[in-house]
Amino acid sequence: MKKQTASAVAVIRIRDLCKSFGTNKVLDHFNLELHQGESLVVLGRSGSGKSVLIKCIIGLIEPDQGSIEVLGQNVLNLDHAGLDKMRTQVGFLFQSNALYDSMTVRENLEFPLRRHSINLSQEEVNKLVMEALESVGLEHTVDLMPAELSGGMRKRIALARTLILKPAIILYDEPTTGLDAITSLEIIALMKSINERYHTSSIIITHDMKCVKLAADRVAMLIDGKCYAEGTYDTLRQSTDEKIHPFFQ
Amino acid sequence: MRDTGEMSRFIGRFFVEGLRPRYEVAEFIHQCFVIGYKSLPLIGLTAFIIGLVLTMQLHPTMVYYGIEAQIPAMVGIAIIREIGPILTALIFAGKIGSSIGAELGSMKVTEQIDAMEVSSTNPFKYLVVTRTFAAMLTLPFLVIIADAISLYGSFLGVNIYENLSFHLFYEKILDYLFFMDILPAFIKTFFFGFAVGIIGCFKGYYSNKGTEGVGRSANSAVVVSSVAIFILDLIAVQITDLL
Repeated sequence: MKKQTASAVAVIRIRDLCKSFGTNKVLDHFNLELHQGESLVVLGRSGSGKSVLIKCIIGLIEPDQGSIEVLGQNVLNLDHAGLDKMRTQVGFLFQSNALYDSMTVRENLEFPLRRHSINLSQEEVNKLVMEALESVGLEHTVDLMPAELSGGMRKRIALARTLILKPAIILYDEPTTGLDAITSLEIIALMKSINERYHTSSIIITHDMKCVKLAADRVAMLIDGKCYAEGTYDTLRQSTDEKIHPFFQ
Repeated sequence: MRDTGEMSRFIGRFFVEGLRPRYEVAEFIHQCFVIGYKSLPLIGLTAFIIGLVLTMQLHPTMVYYGIEAQIPAMVGIAIIREIGPILTALIFAGKIGSSIGAELGSMKVTEQIDAMEVSSTNPFKYLVVTRTFAAMLTLPFLVIIADAISLYGSFLGVNIYENLSFHLFYEKILDYLFFMDILPAFIKTFFFGFAVGIIGCFKGYYSNKGTEGVGRSANSAVVVSSVAIFILDLIAVQITDLL
């Protein structure tokens, strides 16, 4: 039985979100809410618009229509400074990790701290870097380059970089893609422990059913650009709907 | 045609973003080191060989016409007015244009550019403005150094056949070299540097189609910037002739 820690307070509220690329309608009046402390998995087929959805939430892609409220602020009305401020509270784990190849692990972790103009002494920065690395169990990699790390380690470092600003919400884009089964399980366990330790809320984009089963408090199914169905893993698994059922086979 | 329109918009954005704060001074200095200082060995070596070979190739013909004493002046003018700037710029395009194209292309496909934006960094300023300014400012200095090394190579080339002092060699060059030979050659190198930087950044920044696209960006950055250098050189020669 999964421990339910989510409250009813919505930290992200998406209303009637639409996004098209040319004639391809990726999101079509999509609605969703993420509650505080909740791990919400958005499940959908490859190319169904899952990554577009979280990139709209963080302000990397501008939707055509609709509204996205993050921690009470409408993202679409925010100016550049407002977006930057919002992004200190919302972490983003990229599918490809997006570690800067030319920087060491330390520099990668320091980058968001320095760029968000947070006034910290070098000692405080070092402490935060080591704390973030400790939370992913990779303190010894601090002076290594990303190219010297394995795929799983790179994913953990990317997660540490996401954590360093202590965000209230974390958006995970396909966190287990490209990893072997054992490393995937380790990453899922790490995501869960981070949620508990830092009391974060998270949206996880995936099509990995093991990840859905283990990480989700709630599952939203993105089909035909819409939030086609919502519910717990067990509820959706029992569905006989022809669009939902194939995912759980 | 569409590429030309996008390129024009890209150049326009470069000037807007480049003039508006926040200035990425630390990254600009780092790029000057990477783009300028690290190109020195390659550019120095090729410049030396060009000076030496040019002199050795000219020598028999000049001896045939009995004007071998004019070799320093001839080589000096050729190197300073044309060969130095154009060859250095082409080598620079090959080394730096491809490296910028590949680096930005790979950053694009691995979402590093998006990650920068999420980290409160304007990636255009941080990546494009710094690299283009660094290319624009370091190339003229590389050309000056390359010219000096090339002339030294030429001096050694002359001394293979005859004994000529270093002082006399340079005096012979300076006798025939005027300020208007040096100034346009120096000024055009800023434009060459700008072309290499902005084209490399443009090709990398709009790279797509995964790793295949990265290779294509690097390749097309070199080809387009090399052609741009020749076109700019042609324009510069026409303007210089009018002056």
